[in-house]
Amino acid sequence: MKIHEFQAKQVLRDAGVAVPQGIVAHTADEAAEAFRSLGGDVNVVKAQIHAGGRGKGTIKTNPDQHGVELVKSSEQAAQVAQNLLGQPLVTIQTGPEGQTVRQVLVEQGCDIARELYLGIVLDRAASKPVLMVSSEGGMDIEEVAAKTPELIYKEHFDPAVGLESFQVRKLAAKLGLTGGSVRSADKLMRSLCRAFVDLDCSLVEINPLVVTGDGNLLALDAKITLDDNALFRQPRLAELRDLSEEEPAEVRAGQAGLSYVKLDGNIGCLVNGAGLAMSTMDLIKLHGGEPANFLDVGGGANTEQVIEAFRILLDDKNVKAVLVNIFGGIMRCTTIASALVEAYESVGFNVPLVVRLEGTEVEEGRQTIASSGADIISATGLTDAAQKVVAAATSA
Amino acid sequence: MSILVNKQTRVLCQGITGKVGQFHTQGCREYGTQMVGGVTPGKGGQEVQGLPVFDTVVEAVEQTGANATMIFVPPAFTADAILEAIDAGIKTICAITEGVPVVDMVRVFDRVKQSESVLIGPNCPGVITPEECKIGIMPGYIHKQGPVGVMSRSGTLTYEAVWQLTNLGLGQSTCVGLGGDPIVGTSFIDLLEMFENDPATEAILMMGEIGGTAEEEAAAYVSEHVTKPVAAFIAGRTAPPGKRMGHAGAIISGGKGTATEKIAALEAAGIVVAESPADMGTAIQRAMAK
Repeated sequence: MKIHEFQAKQVLRDAGVAVPQGIVAHTADEAAEAFRSLGGDVNVVKAQIHAGGRGKGTIKTNPDQHGVELVKSSEQAAQVAQNLLGQPLVTIQTGPEGQTVRQVLVEQGCDIARELYLGIVLDRAASKPVLMVSSEGGMDIEEVAAKTPELIYKEHFDPAVGLESFQVRKLAAKLGLTGGSVRSADKLMRSLCRAFVDLDCSLVEINPLVVTGDGNLLALDAKITLDDNALFRQPRLAELRDLSEEEPAEVRAGQAGLSYVKLDGNIGCLVNGAGLAMSTMDLIKLHGGEPANFLDVGGGANTEQVIEAFRILLDDKNVKAVLVNIFGGIMRCTTIASALVEAYESVGFNVPLVVRLEGTEVEEGRQTIASSGADIISATGLTDAAQKVVAAATSA
Repeated sequence: MSILVNKQTRVLCQGITGKVGQFHTQGCREYGTQMVGGVTPGKGGQEVQGLPVFDTVVEAVEQTGANATMIFVPPAFTADAILEAIDAGIKTICAITEGVPVVDMVRVFDRVKQSESVLIGPNCPGVITPEECKIGIMPGYIHKQGPVGVMSRSGTLTYEAVWQLTNLGLGQSTCVGLGGDPIVGTSFIDLLEMFENDPATEAILMMGEIGGTAEEEAAAYVSEHVTKPVAAFIAGRTAPPGKRMGHAGAIISGGKGTATEKIAALEAAGIVVAESPADMGTAIQRAMAK
C-alpha cells in the first residue's frame, strides 16, 4: 500500500527523522494561509499524488505548471495551489491521463548544500533488508543503478538489531560526510531503518536526502510503501490508505477478494492462481492477442466472486472477448462450471466467452456448461483456448 | 527414493482444529499420508478425525514421532508456528499460509538456515512424493510416480505442469511448491542440490516467474553443479513493469527480474525453456532426449 508524501513525512517525523515543516492545503486560500504560518521567505508547494516524478511532471492542460514549485509569497503559493488543485498531473509514472491533484503540501524551503539518495528495501536474494545510499541524489535512481552502480553503497541489517553505528560511518565515509553531518546521518539512518522494520514497510525512499548549509541531514522527500500483509497489525497506517489514488477496478476487485491488474489489451482473462494467470496472459500474447488484465480468483472462488469478476472484466470497454482458464485442484470443475453458467446469465455477456477447464471433475464440469444452453465456447487445452479467444476477439 | 518426504514420513498439522487444517488433513490421509496428529494451542487432549491434538509441537513430536508438519495457522501466527516446529526438531516444515508479513519471514529465515530443518513456503501448495506422501493442498490424483523432479514458485501452474507430465506418461519423483512470497525457506538452488543427489530423479522441471533473481541464480548453479537434464518455464513475459515491483526493488537486482532476462540466463545455462505454458511437459521430454 502506498501513502502520500505528507503522510510519510508525518510518520517519519514521529519516528525521529528530520523532515521539513509543512502544512497540507486543499484550497488556494489554505495554501496562502500555510505560507504565512510557516514564515520564511521561500516555501515549496508540492502536489500530493502517489506517483513519482512530480517535479518534472506538468499539469495536463497547463504544461508550464510543474508538480513542485518554489514560491516566495502567500499570493504565489495560492496561485500555484490554484493551478494544481483539481487538475490532472502527468508524470513519467502516471500515464498520459495523469492523476488528479486533490491536496498540496506547502513546505518550508531549506538551504541545500548537497543532495543525496537513500532507499531501504528488502533484498530478496539476501533475505534481509538493505539500506542503499548514493551521492547521486535527486536523480532518477534507476538510471544511476543502470549506468553507475558503483555509486550506490549498500549495508544489510538485521531487523531485530537494526542498523549499527559503524555501518553508518562506512556509508558516511563513502558519501564524503564529515563532522556533524556524520552524527546527523547516524540519527537519521538508524531511525529510518528502525521505522522500516517497526512499521512493516516494503520500501522507504528519500530522494533527495539533503545536507543543509549547516551540515544537517534532512528528508526533503519521502516515499513509503507498506507491506499489505502486515496492515492487520498497523491499524494507524492502514487508515492512511487513499482509495482515490488507486485504479477503481483494482479497488473493486480487492473488495471482492480478487487480485486484478488492468492492462491495455482487449482479451479479458479470469484464472485461478497467480502463476497460471500470468502464464495465461503470456499464452494470449504468444498467439497474437493482447491481454486486457491479470485476474486471479484465488483457490476457492464462489459464484458471487465470479459474477463480480465478470462485471469488472466487461466494464472495461476495450474487452472484445473473455478467456476463463481454470485448473481445478481443490476447487472442483463442477463448482466453477456452475458458477460460470450462473454468472454468465446474470451478468448478460455481450462478448464471446471461451472456457478451458481442467482438473478435478472436469468431464462433469464441461457437461454442466454444454447442457446449460449458454453460448460459451469450450476449449480443450491451453493452446486451443488461446487460439479460440484470439480468433473471437479479432473477429469481434 | 525421492526428496524431503516419503512413505515413512510422519506428519503433523499445526492448526488442525481450524476448518482449512481439518479439510486438508483429511485430503492428505485419503492420499495415504501418515498423518499422526495435530497441534492447536489450548486444545490439547482433543481429537480430530481420531488424531490426537496437542498444545505444543514438542509434545506432539514426543508422543507421535512426527518428523514433518504442515502449517495452516493464520498469517499473524505463522512465523511463531514455524519457529516452534524448528525448536521441536521437525525436519520438513511446510508453511501453506498465505499473507505472512515479510519482516516476520526475515526473522524466521536466519533461524531456519541455522537449524537442521527445511522450510517449504510460506504461501505454497506444499510437497508431494507421488503415491507415497502428500503434505499440502495440491490435488493428489494428477500426480504419478516417476523420474521428473518438479519445483515451482506457483501453485496452479505446478498442477498444470504435473498434469501435462502425467498425460505424457512421465511421472514425478517429488514436486515442491516453493511459495510465492519474497522470502521463502527453500530456494530453487536448495532443491536442485537435493534433486541432483536423488537417484530417483532423472530430470528436473522448474517453473519460475518475474521478480527477484532466484531463476538467474538457479541457472548459474545448474551450469556448475547439475548433471541431470533441466527444463523450465517462466511466467510473466507480458506482465507490466512497475506493478507490484517496488521502485527500489529494481535497483538492488541491477535491473534484473524480467522474464526476458531470466529466460536468457536459463538458456545460457543449457536449460530447455518452454515458450508456451502448454509445452512444459514436452520441454522436459526435449531436455531428456538431448
